[in-house]
Amino acid sequence: MEFWFSEMHTPDVKLSIRVDKQLYSGQSSFQRIDVFESPEFGRFLTLDGYMMLTERDEFIYHEMITHVPMAVHPGARRVLVVGAGDGGVVRELAKYDGIEQIDMVEIDEQVVEVCKKYLPQTAGRLKDPRVRIYYEDGLRFIRSREDLYDLIIVDSTDPFGPGEGLFTKEFYGNCYRALTEDGIMVNQHESPFYGEDAKACRRAHKRIVDSFPISRVYQAHIPTYPSGHWLFGFASKKYHPIHDLRGEDWKRLGIETRYYTPKLHEGAFCLPAYVEQLLLSVEQET
Amino acid sequence: MGRFNQSRAPIYEALEEFRQNRIVPFDVPGHKRGRGNPELVELLGPRCVGIDVNSMKPLDNLCHPISVIREAEEMAAEAFGAAYAFLMVGGTTSSVQSMVLSVCKKGDKIILPRNVHRSVINALVLSGATPIYVNPDMDRKLGIALGMKVSQVERAVRENPDAVAVLVNNPTYYGICSDLRTIVKLAHANGMKVLADEAHGTHFYFGRNMPVSAMEAGADMAAVSMHKSGGSLTQSSFLLVGPNMQPGYVRQIINLTQTTSASYLLLASLDISRRNLALRGREEFAKVTGLAEYAREEINRIGGYYAYTAELINHDSIFDFDRTKLTVNTLGIGLAGIEVYDLLRDEYDIQVELGDIANILAYVSIGDREREIERLISALAEIKRKYRRDSAGMFTQEYIDPRVLVSPQDAFYAEKESLPIHETEGRVCSEFVMCYPPGIPILAPGEEITAEILRYIAYAKEKGCSMTGPEDPGIERLNVLKEVWA
Repeated sequence: MEFWFSEMHTPDVKLSIRVDKQLYSGQSSFQRIDVFESPEFGRFLTLDGYMMLTERDEFIYHEMITHVPMAVHPGARRVLVVGAGDGGVVRELAKYDGIEQIDMVEIDEQVVEVCKKYLPQTAGRLKDPRVRIYYEDGLRFIRSREDLYDLIIVDSTDPFGPGEGLFTKEFYGNCYRALTEDGIMVNQHESPFYGEDAKACRRAHKRIVDSFPISRVYQAHIPTYPSGHWLFGFASKKYHPIHDLRGEDWKRLGIETRYYTPKLHEGAFCLPAYVEQLLLSVEQET
Repeated sequence: MGRFNQSRAPIYEALEEFRQNRIVPFDVPGHKRGRGNPELVELLGPRCVGIDVNSMKPLDNLCHPISVIREAEEMAAEAFGAAYAFLMVGGTTSSVQSMVLSVCKKGDKIILPRNVHRSVINALVLSGATPIYVNPDMDRKLGIALGMKVSQVERAVRENPDAVAVLVNNPTYYGICSDLRTIVKLAHANGMKVLADEAHGTHFYFGRNMPVSAMEAGADMAAVSMHKSGGSLTQSSFLLVGPNMQPGYVRQIINLTQTTSASYLLLASLDISRRNLALRGREEFAKVTGLAEYAREEINRIGGYYAYTAELINHDSIFDFDRTKLTVNTLGIGLAGIEVYDLLRDEYDIQVELGDIANILAYVSIGDREREIERLISALAEIKRKYRRDSAGMFTQEYIDPRVLVSPQDAFYAEKESLPIHETEGRVCSEFVMCYPPGIPILAPGEEITAEILRYIAYAKEKGCSMTGPEDPGIERLNVLKEVWA
């Protein structure tokens, strides 16, 4: 039997993963949710047919979106996570004893329920007493918050579908307001490689540059995302991602990681020439 | 249950059958299901160009409908509670013209509010009728024109017993309704017909807790922009008539100006949209109202903005209010509506329907979802945070009572000359001068140019209002009648 999950990365390119069985399929009020079991990547979650995470490579994404800002601002006490219904970001944050409060805003409760049941690897720390989950639109939630969070992690889906509002200037502006005076926002920043993704990446960068005084981009290699080359945005009111890196302090926390290291942290901000060019062209427009 | 099963869509069904029969076309249009124009197929898709066909026996003919189009019109009439309904493909402009031409002949008088759409005054140019304007009340604080007071209509009827019709906006662009039932009684008691411009009123026929629709109020004709709140394709519209009109005569009037090659894309979209609203309109518009109410609550919570609604009702010049309209007064954050309108588009990629000096109007419809509403609210919150100013000079529109010296038609066709605007005082204008905001004509063809009007035009230009209408786009010159009316 040939049983494959395929996702079109462009109209002319697709990634296929052999599937053992489908564990879950459901339609929430926002999107279609599926969980599969595969020989190579273990269990994986898709939303509307788009790959969200696999058990095999999710550590890369979740470590990079969490530890990069935390190593710059280890004193962060209050953290907001937008999206991230799979619980992966919360799992990484829960490793920091200094964090007092983790608010998570996820629009789709069904995603969280499905992940709790089928993806305990990522969802396992959602029961941490510091975690409060709000099931509502991220844009709506953030609108009324002011000077409240030290760190906001935007773990959005793609800039189309229910996650669309999390790629807008109004959202980034609202995040700026919700952050404390030395707050940091990190976001999933799409890929620079394929044409359509690169456009989304440019748009997001432009809007963040407009909203924050410091805005840098860093990269990671995520095998199951289109092109495998993925970017994150680091936007900040005060701290520079490299000049203010506190690698030694971070090491002393003794947090175990498989991808992130303070050394890789610095390297991750060294971008390929064509990506630098792409971002620079956006910055020069503003 | 009516005579018809509203879940049917006869034109759509005939097109489907026609498609399946794979008829070989040796008739127009010449693109022949798109084969002759691959780029058009690329743009619109094969299904779309495949039903871009000509009138033929199985698909009926809009100029003289006897089968599927007739059935679609009768079904629409039932859905809207009209005696008859005409499918229109020339926009609601064409519906408005057909209304006016159906009741007014050359020289007839028609009573109407000044804040009519320009298509109404254009219809007067075509018909040769003379307008009797009723002065609409203004809300000074909000800077918008309101509805007609019944007392004002009474006066106009008393002073012009020979008028043949009264035209009413139901509602205005801003969602304001006049007391249509009383105006209908008053007009009918004086032998006058009632025409309703319902360009913004399609949903009144289907939603609950909506202002009264023209047909329910007993109006004789209504021009209904199905493509606005009804969901059909742009340019498609309905013309509804009540029991006192002769549908055959109205059809003749429509055929004077309407195309003989009506687009089946437009016709099918009217048919399907009527079906949707007849079956699901009540829930759809309850959702729209809910979204608008939610947005108002959230926007008012931001502070500075004022999103207004039914609390404005004064039982006269604001007899009722369309609760689906999301109009937000922006003066409280020190920004003109037009400035917020521009910021939303340029900075936040959000296009709203209009921005005037004091307000923006966001059009909320059956196509909206919570997530877009959230974007609008958040963008407004951001605009307040980043752009608010302490104060802004308040702009109020003084209503200037027009003096109609010549009928719009006579003025339009008269011998005229172009003069520098400051030399035109006392002359009769032969063209429109419109000012956005608020979109009420300052001058229409046939009206006397007064010093007061010239002052107003200069002021509006200085304030950065966009002026439209005259042949000279800079409004440095105006066309006036050669003949001088002292």
